[in-house]
Amino acid sequence: MNRFTVSGSPHVHGEYSTPKIMYGVVIAMIPAMLVSVWFFGLEAVRVLVLAAAASLFFEWVIQKYLIKGPITITDGSALVTGILLAFNVPSNLPSWMVIIGALVAIGMAKMSFGGLGKNIFNPALVARVFLLISFPVQMTSWPKPHAISQGLADVITGPTPLGIVKEGLGAGKTMSQLKPELPNYMQDLVGQMGGSMGEVSAIALLLGGIYMLWKKIITWHIPVAVLATVVIFTGILWGFNPESYADPVFNLITGGLMLGAIFMATDMVTSPMTHGGQLLFGFGVGLITVLIRVWGAYPEGVSFAILLMNAVVPLINRGFKPKRFGANPGVKIEA
Amino acid sequence: MGLLKTFKLGGVHPSENKLSAQVPIEALPIPKKAFVSLGQNLGAPSKPIVKRGDEVKVGQLIAMAGGFIGANIHSPVSGKVFKIDVVLDSSGFRRPAIIINVDGDEWMENIDRTNDIVREIKASPEEIINKVKDAGIVGMGGATFPTQVKLTPPPGKTADTLIINGVECEPYLTADHRVMLERGEELLIGTEILMKALKVTKGFIGIENNKPDAIAHLSMLAKDFKGIEIVPLKVKYPQGGEKQLIKAVVNREVPSGKLPIEVGCVVQNVGTTLAVYEAVQKNKPLFERVVTVTGKGVSKPSNFLVRTGTPISELIEAAGGVPDNTGKVIGGGPMMGKSLLSIDAPVVKGTSGILLMRMDESHRKPEQSCIRCSKCTYVCPMGLEPYLLSRVSKLGNYEMAEKERIMDCIECGSCQYTCPAAIPLLDYLRLGKNKTGQLIRSRNKK
Amino acid sequence: MNIILIAILALGGIGVVSAIILYFVASKFKVYEDPKIDEVEEILPSANCGGCGFPGCRAFAEATVKKAKEEKNLDGLFCPVGGNDVMQKVGETLDLEIEAKDPMIAVIRCNGSHANSPGKVQYEGVSSCSFAHALYTGEGGCQFGCLGLGDCVDACEFDAIHMSDETGLPVVNNKCTACGACVEACPRDIIELRKKGPKEKRIFVSCVNKEKGAVAIKNCSVACIGCGKCEKVCNFDAITITSFLSYIDFEKCVLCRKCVEVCPTNSIWEVNFKPRKPKAEKAPKKEVAEAKPIDLSKGKAAVNSKDDNNDSGADRK
Repeated sequence: MNRFTVSGSPHVHGEYSTPKIMYGVVIAMIPAMLVSVWFFGLEAVRVLVLAAAASLFFEWVIQKYLIKGPITITDGSALVTGILLAFNVPSNLPSWMVIIGALVAIGMAKMSFGGLGKNIFNPALVARVFLLISFPVQMTSWPKPHAISQGLADVITGPTPLGIVKEGLGAGKTMSQLKPELPNYMQDLVGQMGGSMGEVSAIALLLGGIYMLWKKIITWHIPVAVLATVVIFTGILWGFNPESYADPVFNLITGGLMLGAIFMATDMVTSPMTHGGQLLFGFGVGLITVLIRVWGAYPEGVSFAILLMNAVVPLINRGFKPKRFGANPGVKIEA
Repeated sequence: MGLLKTFKLGGVHPSENKLSAQVPIEALPIPKKAFVSLGQNLGAPSKPIVKRGDEVKVGQLIAMAGGFIGANIHSPVSGKVFKIDVVLDSSGFRRPAIIINVDGDEWMENIDRTNDIVREIKASPEEIINKVKDAGIVGMGGATFPTQVKLTPPPGKTADTLIINGVECEPYLTADHRVMLERGEELLIGTEILMKALKVTKGFIGIENNKPDAIAHLSMLAKDFKGIEIVPLKVKYPQGGEKQLIKAVVNREVPSGKLPIEVGCVVQNVGTTLAVYEAVQKNKPLFERVVTVTGKGVSKPSNFLVRTGTPISELIEAAGGVPDNTGKVIGGGPMMGKSLLSIDAPVVKGTSGILLMRMDESHRKPEQSCIRCSKCTYVCPMGLEPYLLSRVSKLGNYEMAEKERIMDCIECGSCQYTCPAAIPLLDYLRLGKNKTGQLIRSRNKK
Repeated sequence: MNIILIAILALGGIGVVSAIILYFVASKFKVYEDPKIDEVEEILPSANCGGCGFPGCRAFAEATVKKAKEEKNLDGLFCPVGGNDVMQKVGETLDLEIEAKDPMIAVIRCNGSHANSPGKVQYEGVSSCSFAHALYTGEGGCQFGCLGLGDCVDACEFDAIHMSDETGLPVVNNKCTACGACVEACPRDIIELRKKGPKEKRIFVSCVNKEKGAVAIKNCSVACIGCGKCEKVCNFDAITITSFLSYIDFEKCVLCRKCVEVCPTNSIWEVNFKPRKPKAEKAPKKEVAEAKPIDLSKGKAAVNSKDDNNDSGADRK
């Protein structure tokens, strides 16, 4: 007779596992990947493959030779980081910069904290901000989207809608004067606008978000809180003066907001543990985003907002506890 | 049916695997030798009152309750006391036990062995409680808390509601389900008896919606019983936990660290209720119970009516024997049951099921790093943060564990069940609870 | 030029004012501390292990100085880490005579190795003896024996105790300071602090099983079965048997090794003795002693003895 196993209960395990969650996120990113390839062509494929491969490679090297621990590159977390990094850069970024980005994301933002689950900041965002500050020119020259069917024409670069607004308003123009320069809402939704690879198509990102909600990879709290905060605050400003502030819908569907709210802010590792905390976190991200977009030096502020809020997550976790059973029972006994 | 009632906070839904739900209860042959453990209840072990060589009959008192929280033990078989020795319990520890060589099946004369259902309750509340006490009835859901103690609210507290736990939220187990189907009327009379003993007018039977036949059957029967309501509940684990069940059925929240009586509720298990019926109306003490023997590899998943003291191996034999690829044997359900060290351990009053896990099911997934997904926090029915508690327990910071209310943990295992990184959260929580309990006790002593 | 001058004056002024305030505050709130406390603390090993019963070396130093002042002795105060040397020095500092104490060492009183007590089940779960202790008896089936999950190793501040892969039991090395942390940590009370002994020679019973011999031997071939042979052969009243378990009192034991010879299950250990001459057919035991044929009928001979001591155990390769 074989030896029975003895262990504490429970003796069954649920359906979730880390790889399942991570690959679920990857699946959710497929629509946005397809859109980026559609609009940015083979360049997008190059950046995607390079970022993913470099992230996996750096994780493997560090785990094998520096940490000398178990190799866990198959759990999908490095792949998610790689794809998110690719989503956060323009499709014409030189390859060596993509590789540096992957090194920063995996080496600096993730492994130096001890690996998966221990990092404070979202690795892909750390890399993006690192690249943005180190190579501002390359990171902000966005290729104009053109559908792949139109042939591989020479890449023309141009600003993002948010950049147009920021620059235009700074130059003293009004929103109605800027209107002709901006893509219309339909183009924003589909993704036909300048921007980082993954952030352009709001619809593709929303599709991914719905998939993750359905698969219970994320909860609604963070994305809804971020988006609602942005809509409300920009709505107030826009209602105040529609000529000097962009309208809320424009703010919602342009720039990296959708990508940030759905894929970056919801990163499990760097977001709060309770629903209350997640709402506050989302509110903070939304608020800082609006502040930077409206009054900051950069046209876009989602990545800074998320990183700043990442830093206060431990505090939020301390302050926001789940509703304890039996803490405030409000006993009412009817006779 | 509209929105079904359930508890709000947390919960999981493991695969139900109720393999033996349609298998009628079958009486298992009496064993050749009965190993009657003296520690079958929570609290003090019982004291034997027979000695080697004594002749005993079925239902004869053979051990007295060892204290206020204690229960009598009656002989499940007739025959001669072989010796009073130790037997291995399911965890491998040696417990004192009375070993009886079985000879025939002679019952005590005062036990009503007919199948007639006695509807009229003649006993007064005090008599009921005394009978329950004499019959050695304990909570048969697994906790084995002596029932008479539960029926006697502490001074200053009164009960107004009785809830019968027919939830059976553990996967695989079907013993209570079968009892509800086959012994429905007796169960309802038992409920009435308990209501009378507690002097309450409202009785609820909470049943999860995965047992529609039991709900329909009992609802039909309950028309003849005043004050008893069948409450269908949404399927969610751990609804069978007392606090969760009270929340689900009457929407009251038992305060942290308090007993259900605090909110006027008493919860009893279906098996216990049936035992109460038999004790009060038929004079039959608790010496047999329904045990589910099940598992994906078991050839004949069954529900057996078993005398306590029967070695578990005989139950498994009757269900088709131990499959070759068995990797783990569990006493109870897969969520809260204990893994057994040996199948020679006897059935006790709290054995609700025997679950044989195949080799491929019996190992845990390798532990990975926490990805802080907070799924454990979402599913905790007590609103705790298992990821945090497990970590502080691991680091030995029991003061913090106490502040984060580790003692509220009901050890339901939902957190560990759901953890994507397969961290043994409940192991750490148990460790932390254990140590924090020591800390609190030593502080109270000072 | 002016700006520099103003800056220097302003900053300098702030510095001077702050210094004055600090001076007065410091003298006002000065707490008198016996300088001896610092001196004693200097001598102590700074391990802050708590082995003395105080939370850290500073607290121990305070306690010694206080006791020396009030009672003129240091009875009951002992630094197990520093041992006699340190206590002598502490005594000199405080002008007291210190009696030398026998050095102690942690001893593991279980020999239920993989070979002696083969696993009947397989444990899966956290590596914590406290948890496993509450869960089940142990892989070998002995409910008194070592669980092998290393709570003692985690408790040790001195790197003095390690798990042996071969036996699955902890092994104590010479770094042991007898601080007692492992004794506390062990949920099964297997570890005992015993006298280190002359030339580190020790004899002890390497078992804590209180079950009847027949039951104990079923799970572990080197269990003490409480046969009483050792008690009978001991001329110094050092051995007592309680609940089928022999215990050797290290204060009375003279290390004659007679009990080791008669033990039918090899549960009595001698460490750091020279190998016996060939005639005494028994080689000095290291970790695994092959079980001799055990005659249980003899084992039942003598049992009763009062005295509530536990058992004894072993370590050291």
